[in-house]
Amino acid sequence: MALDFSNQSINAWRRENGRVGVRNHVVILPVDDISNAACEAVANNVKGTMALPHAYGRLQFGEDLDLHFRTMIGTGANPNVAAVIVIGIEPEWTKLIVDGIAKTGKPVEGFSIEQKGDFETIRQASWKAKEFVHWASELQKENCGLSELWVSTKCGESDTTTGLSSCPTVGNMYDKLLPHGLYGCFGETSEITGAEHICEKRAANPEAAAKFKKIWQAYQDDVIFAHQTDDLSDSQPTKGNILGGLTTIEEKAMGNLEKIGRTSTYIDAMGPAETPEKGPGLYFMDSSSAAAECVTLMAAGGYVIHTFPTGQGNVVGNPIVPVIKISGNPRTLRTMAEHIDVDVTGVLTREMTIDQAGDSLIEMIKRTANGRYTAAEALGHREFSMTKLYRSA
Amino acid sequence: MAIPQLLVHDHKDNVGVVVVEGLTAGTEMLCVVTHDNSDFKLTANADIPIGHKVALKPLKEGDTVFKYGEDIGKMIGSADVGDHLHTHNCKTKRW
Repeated sequence: MALDFSNQSINAWRRENGRVGVRNHVVILPVDDISNAACEAVANNVKGTMALPHAYGRLQFGEDLDLHFRTMIGTGANPNVAAVIVIGIEPEWTKLIVDGIAKTGKPVEGFSIEQKGDFETIRQASWKAKEFVHWASELQKENCGLSELWVSTKCGESDTTTGLSSCPTVGNMYDKLLPHGLYGCFGETSEITGAEHICEKRAANPEAAAKFKKIWQAYQDDVIFAHQTDDLSDSQPTKGNILGGLTTIEEKAMGNLEKIGRTSTYIDAMGPAETPEKGPGLYFMDSSSAAAECVTLMAAGGYVIHTFPTGQGNVVGNPIVPVIKISGNPRTLRTMAEHIDVDVTGVLTREMTIDQAGDSLIEMIKRTANGRYTAAEALGHREFSMTKLYRSA
Repeated sequence: MAIPQLLVHDHKDNVGVVVVEGLTAGTEMLCVVTHDNSDFKLTANADIPIGHKVALKPLKEGDTVFKYGEDIGKMIGSADVGDHLHTHNCKTKRW
């Protein structure tokens, strides 16, 4: 009998802006690469906090700088984050990020290092971080709707089994939950290549289709052709994809698109790390197909759980968003089971239908929302990878 | 229902995917079309790794390869029914 997903609930944190978070992190966020050391020192001083070191944030400009700020602010604003300490080398960009995060209503405080030094910055920030941890650790979970969640998806180390089992499992989840108010997100602009005509047809309206086509064409023109290569040789499909049996980019793209199910359509196409603005439904996000970059962008867009189908076995995680791994490849389940949360090998042996696989993923989403550590969380995978559009000044 | 060795997405497809480990040449495979659960038998001509494709029809250079009922590329070599089909005899039409 078909399950009813209209009124299922989870226990999670309702944030000041009404959004639902499934983790309760106190984040120490560096504005730039040279503030990583201070952030890590604060996180070492105060248990229950987490520093998010990264490689960029100096001398960026234009669209690339906008994306940096959007990713920083979006990460701090994510409902899985209870409170944020922002540390930058100078006060102005630090304040810009603090002010962006503060719009959510959550506690956030900025510190800058110039004319103060690491020691004094770490001392001041550690006092504030300790205050935030005490506050956050007493926040109580409450009953929230399953379909209040924002759930993103991206697959990795794909092979032919992902298109047969784990990707349609995610698609089945979206077909069941999106009608009840879930926010969904798929992306991977380069990986849609080969099925862009099919993706265009899955738009819910002509505006979304046109926006998707423009984003896809810009990628072809600005990245592929601008760099004087006429293909994606050695990269799409990847060496791992080919070992797994995928032969062409078209075949990979068809399997990838199985993640948006049979009936789901996307209502808008967004830029990287942008936040959905058209209400509940499925969104396309312009994003790299590199796992850590893509998950980081979707987390910055506000998504709180990520569903990740894998064939050959991708091990990626994210510091603030639980990444649920789904695989139907029996060899991967045999050789690297510690990375997989949802086993859908039964789809290949015909002992499990896609409908049952979708239900098992929804069950794992609920358990994860209620607090179960994903494999990536248990194994300490916290890949935080910024997308950079071009060289710094 | 017996466990299939080969899955095919769509009736229009001229390739299927090996879904078991250690498939050896000469194995008579149970093949299932996932679209409607119909099945047929086919003999593998080679040891073919899990996840790799098998030709369901005789294919010659220039022929279009269909999977998911869609065009996924063209043959750059030939393949008999039951042969391994991958980068050695198939590529994208795009580049």
